[in-house]
Amino acid sequence: MLEVSDLHAYYGKSHILQGVNFNVAEGEIVSLLGRNGVGRSTTLKTIMGEVAPQGSVKFKGKEIAGKQSFEIAQMGLGYVPENRDIFPTLTVSQNLILGMKSTKIRGRWSIEDIFNMFPILGERADVDGGVISGGEQQMLCMCRTLMGDPDLIMIDEPTEGLAPKIVQQVAKLLQEIAKRGVAILLVEQKLSIALKISHRLYVMGHGTVVYEGTPDSLMQADDVRAEWLEV
Amino acid sequence: MLEVFIFATLNGLVTGLLLFMLASGLTLIFSMMGVLNFAHASFYMLGAYFAYSISQYMGFWAGLLFAPIIVGVLGAGVERYGLRRVHQLGHVAELVFTFGMAFLIEESISFFWGTDTKNYRYPDILNFPLFTLFGQEFSAYRGFMIGISIAIFIGLYYVLTRSRIGIIIQAAITHPHTVANLGHNVPLIFMGVFGVGTALAGVAGVIAGPVLTTFPGMAAVLGSIVFVIVVIGGLGSLAGAFIAALLIGLLQSYAIASDVGVPDLLNLLGLSFERSHPLNDLWTLTLPQVAPILPFLLLVLVLIFRPTGLLGKREQ
Repeated sequence: MLEVSDLHAYYGKSHILQGVNFNVAEGEIVSLLGRNGVGRSTTLKTIMGEVAPQGSVKFKGKEIAGKQSFEIAQMGLGYVPENRDIFPTLTVSQNLILGMKSTKIRGRWSIEDIFNMFPILGERADVDGGVISGGEQQMLCMCRTLMGDPDLIMIDEPTEGLAPKIVQQVAKLLQEIAKRGVAILLVEQKLSIALKISHRLYVMGHGTVVYEGTPDSLMQADDVRAEWLEV
Repeated sequence: MLEVFIFATLNGLVTGLLLFMLASGLTLIFSMMGVLNFAHASFYMLGAYFAYSISQYMGFWAGLLFAPIIVGVLGAGVERYGLRRVHQLGHVAELVFTFGMAFLIEESISFFWGTDTKNYRYPDILNFPLFTLFGQEFSAYRGFMIGISIAIFIGLYYVLTRSRIGIIIQAAITHPHTVANLGHNVPLIFMGVFGVGTALAGVAGVIAGPVLTTFPGMAAVLGSIVFVIVVIGGLGSLAGAFIAALLIGLLQSYAIASDVGVPDLLNLLGLSFERSHPLNDLWTLTLPQVAPILPFLLLVLVLIFRPTGLLGKREQ
């Protein structure tokens, strides 16, 4: 579904992505792991067209490198950024409505679905997005992207800064997303969650992919974890 | 006294609502671009001229319908083929571009329509007194101006706060990248906002042209006051622009209608000066004389005591 080949990206003169290669199949959960600053978030931004890409990014067999963000999103690629970017003056409901690409096509998710899964969002439907808690904002941000009915959703650090109870809710939502046939590309620092829900994992280091495997194989690769993941 | 107050209020409302129609588009475009569009009042003038020409052949109402559409399409074209390209070069280039557009439009109007004042008149059907109070008439056309301005304000408010497209516009103005990532065509939204903003200026031109006279300097007359309104209301705030527009419209109207001045103040204080006094002009100053500078005085006060404007959230 998503094929990234020899992807390079620059911030000014800094060469951030130095030939990234990986792929995500239909319905698959794939995690991108690595320490801070290795280029995981930049990889997602580059795929989404926020950072100018060099190389090839194919989604559903079509080249998307060089396309504008909204065109990529319209093709069915969802993106949940790390900074959440909830619209503070819009209500929870309005934030969700904003995620819909069209009011005519009914996708896998509806506002009622979201409120059933997260009753707290339903209770706060008319509250401004800027005043709900960080955990609720994270849920809202992921659900907002789901309202656009993506076939693949890229999620950047969904559990960062959240309480353990909320982290469990995020993990539950990720599993629900996968159950509905949506592929997930997850950038995550918490190894436990990535190991628990992923089908495959990539480890990044120095702007490129340094390891590819399954959760089981990564658990056995002590040298990889020690060199590229552990602090 | 009461009749002066009532008519000054009604006239202030007419001016204030007209100014709001101009300021609403300008403040929306500012929120979107991050810079003031100096050519905005020129689109207002274009509205008046297009409506004048259309009214020559098809009557006033056709002008009211078609002129704003033409101005809106022109505005959208300016955004699509001009500003969008210049935007990549930064805010200074955008400002210079809008300055250039203002001159271009003014000179084009003089070129195509001439420099004389046009005989653009409102329709006979509105040429009657709406009501007579204390022996003074209030024209139906002024009532029509109030009605159409309020209708546009309600429509704009409803679209921006209640409709899905309004929610997308609000979000795109502050978080364009996030909105694009959700699959919304942000460049198209910006072009639409620019088009609607300039069309609103066009409507203002169509209905103001017959009252405030249609001539190549009409953009300059209102242009600077509209900027004052946007700054006083708070850059980017639609509600702020509404309050500021009414405030300035009423303030100017009350000042013009009043017959007080410095001589009255001096009398009250028991002071008097000879006519030959070097500052005689100052001692004889009346409020109607200073009415035109009151908006700018208010601007200075707001900038000193509340730099973000009445309802603004940002200082730039």
